[in-house]
Amino acid sequence: MPFDSYNPEKFYDELFTEIGKPRSHSVSLIKHMTTLGIEQLEQQRSTAEIALFKLGVTFNVYNDDRGVEKIFPFDIIPRIISASEWAGLEQGLKQRIQALNLFLDDVYGEQKIIKDGIIPQEIIYTASGFLKPCLSSKPPKKIWCHITGTDLVRDQDGEWYVLEDNLRSPSGVSYVLENRRVMKTTFPEIFQTMPVAPVDDYPSQLLETLLNLAPSQLPNPNVVVLTPGIYNSAYYEHSFLAQQMGVELVEGKDLIVADGYLQMRTTKGLRRVDVVYRRIDDNFLDPMTFNPDSLLGIPGLMQVYQQGKVALANAPGTGVADDKVVYAYVPEMIRYYLGEEPTLASVPTYLCWRESDRKYVLENLNKLVVKAANEAGGYGMLIGIDSTAAEREEFAQKIIAQPRNYIAQPTLSLSRVPTLIDGKVEGRHVDLRPYILHRGDEIYVHPGGLTRVALKKGSLVVNSSQGGGSKDTWVLNQ
Amino acid sequence: MLSRVADSIYWLNRYIERGENVARFVDVNLNLMLDLPAGMPQQWKPLVSVTGDLELFNSRYSEANIENVIQFLMFDRHNPNSIISCLGIARENARSIREVISSEMWEEVNSFYLTIEEASSIKSLSTLPKLFSRVKMASHRFAGVMDATMSHNEGWHFGQLGRLLERADKTTRILDVKYFLLLPSAEWVGTPLDRIQWIALLKSASAYEMYRKCQHHITPSSVAEFLILDRCFPRSIYFCLWQAQQCLHEITQTPAGTWCNGAERALGRLCSQLGYLTIEDIIQSGLHEFLNQMQDSINQVGNEIYTTFIDLGDSHSAISDLPSNNVQLQSSGFSQTSLN
Repeated sequence: MPFDSYNPEKFYDELFTEIGKPRSHSVSLIKHMTTLGIEQLEQQRSTAEIALFKLGVTFNVYNDDRGVEKIFPFDIIPRIISASEWAGLEQGLKQRIQALNLFLDDVYGEQKIIKDGIIPQEIIYTASGFLKPCLSSKPPKKIWCHITGTDLVRDQDGEWYVLEDNLRSPSGVSYVLENRRVMKTTFPEIFQTMPVAPVDDYPSQLLETLLNLAPSQLPNPNVVVLTPGIYNSAYYEHSFLAQQMGVELVEGKDLIVADGYLQMRTTKGLRRVDVVYRRIDDNFLDPMTFNPDSLLGIPGLMQVYQQGKVALANAPGTGVADDKVVYAYVPEMIRYYLGEEPTLASVPTYLCWRESDRKYVLENLNKLVVKAANEAGGYGMLIGIDSTAAEREEFAQKIIAQPRNYIAQPTLSLSRVPTLIDGKVEGRHVDLRPYILHRGDEIYVHPGGLTRVALKKGSLVVNSSQGGGSKDTWVLNQ
Repeated sequence: MLSRVADSIYWLNRYIERGENVARFVDVNLNLMLDLPAGMPQQWKPLVSVTGDLELFNSRYSEANIENVIQFLMFDRHNPNSIISCLGIARENARSIREVISSEMWEEVNSFYLTIEEASSIKSLSTLPKLFSRVKMASHRFAGVMDATMSHNEGWHFGQLGRLLERADKTTRILDVKYFLLLPSAEWVGTPLDRIQWIALLKSASAYEMYRKCQHHITPSSVAEFLILDRCFPRSIYFCLWQAQQCLHEITQTPAGTWCNGAERALGRLCSQLGYLTIEDIIQSGLHEFLNQMQDSINQVGNEIYTTFIDLGDSHSAISDLPSNNVQLQSSGFSQTSLN
């Protein structure tokens, strides 16, 4: 029997409380999977992977011009979140996104939070995602972060923490939809017995979010998805979302600023574009404002954006809040803008530019996780407990040289989910990335999200480039 | 629709058709060489001449023998018009418009490409005939899947346009193979060997059976007439251009017989000219010269399509000012006439 000897060990396990004891929300699932037996599970897993490959749910590993596509490894044992747990997360995420959006509008506008001494100006101005050209931008309806993919993790005691906010252009939502599609064909019986919240609504919700940004007098606004092109690792997702929303997928060379508007080149001449869901980085948007070498960008785009003639999602400049030093101030932002206590915890963060914090960090490098403030995706990181003395020394030097650029956090013992590994079920660490859409009067949290799993035994790194895979995430309705 | 998307679907179809026709060329030549009287030297150079890439070939290979020519035309990635390059470019184009074409089309292109890539590692003469028929079938399958799974909208018509123009151009070149192919001496004209060559030529255009249904004798002028002027045969030049013209008018919605842009005018003129020619007119002006002129005219239509729909003037041009990955390739080489 696949789960008989499954041992959650000392970790928080999403499906079990102890050996042989599934959590109440996972009883039906475990019962069903037990009747299937390990061989059939393995078979279902390979069927599922073939299905994903056929659907073309691939990411690119492009080291040569011929190109290789791989699928993101998929595990068929889902992660389950109970209705009450989800309600708490949903509320916490809404609160956090609301505060972050107010922060972005403030920091590029009146800067009250700086004037009131909550966040030092220097921190803001030295954040690499802070874009001076966006000062006094007025995005439609004061929305900056339309689409967010917050990374959450769970500690040993089961408490949820926000690890990163990802306010720029988070990817992965196509896996959420495709993983579910495959799970529904693989285990139709379970879906009949368990109240799993459907996820297919995402493209419609996203389109609503984007249409909401067009001037209301336009009867038929032109929305497009902007991609860097087929060599981008998330190209499949860009193409998928454009197709699911029924809008054009464009590249920079399809767009031009002409007659005071952003326009796209069609076979019948130029056509105005009203809303751009852009999946290219801020710095590549407009070579006239940002990186002059950018071939992806559209010269003059920022000017028409500032004039309010085109809406961009997300707004340029949101990256300032992805800086890990700024991240540490989010609880303060929530108190400052909303007058509330944060309901979703941030990971306690030591800021190396503070002398007392730096001293503590340098003395405790072997226990902490050190991160570069401006990096993402598992780069520029030191995991203290797994490090060598030489690596710690290297990071100590970096911290002393550039204290602003480093933060440190305690090592979290990420929660685990049973995972099918070589014909056995073993615990593997996971994170969760739910997707949140901000529409001004309403914030929508998509019920589900991407569960990434570190397939290597004991590994805490879930990134696809470093041996990560994914699981379907089931949010229960009751 | 986006100009870039129209361009990609047009070239996706052109390159698949091109790959198919390269297989047809090599196939016909292989057959002809096997039928030569014992002791006659094999002729592979004419094949390269016909494709218009002789210069590139000479810079890469010392001798025009069977191995080199087959390698060059089929598996050489440095030859932008080899089958493997054609399929590689077709696949890149398909990838960039996956949200526009049907997923079945994407799967066909993808497996077509993988078939060729797999074959490129084997390279045995005995597997070639099988490979040629697989290539032809894969191309037909792609066209069928496109016809049956994609809406016959503007994009579809651009795709058809690309396929038909490419096919017309390649039929001129298949017919031209015979011009370059030497008979042992003038006395061989009209002999069984000569006839066998014309039959092989018809076969390479999948035209033999259809030809037989309307002609009893194999004569050079009736073969040429069939491949150039036949109203019903789907690979004849006239048929391809006539159908292409209909696609063009579906795209623009201009009534047939009139024109509102350079592409319609160029293609309309070409169709009218062909529609009122006889094979005697063509033979009189010289078949080879006629075919050359045909290739130029078809090129001209391609250029007009580019300026009408894709590159709409300097400041608004979608592609011309960028070092794009495929446009440069696409407008050079095979589609240009470089026989003279």
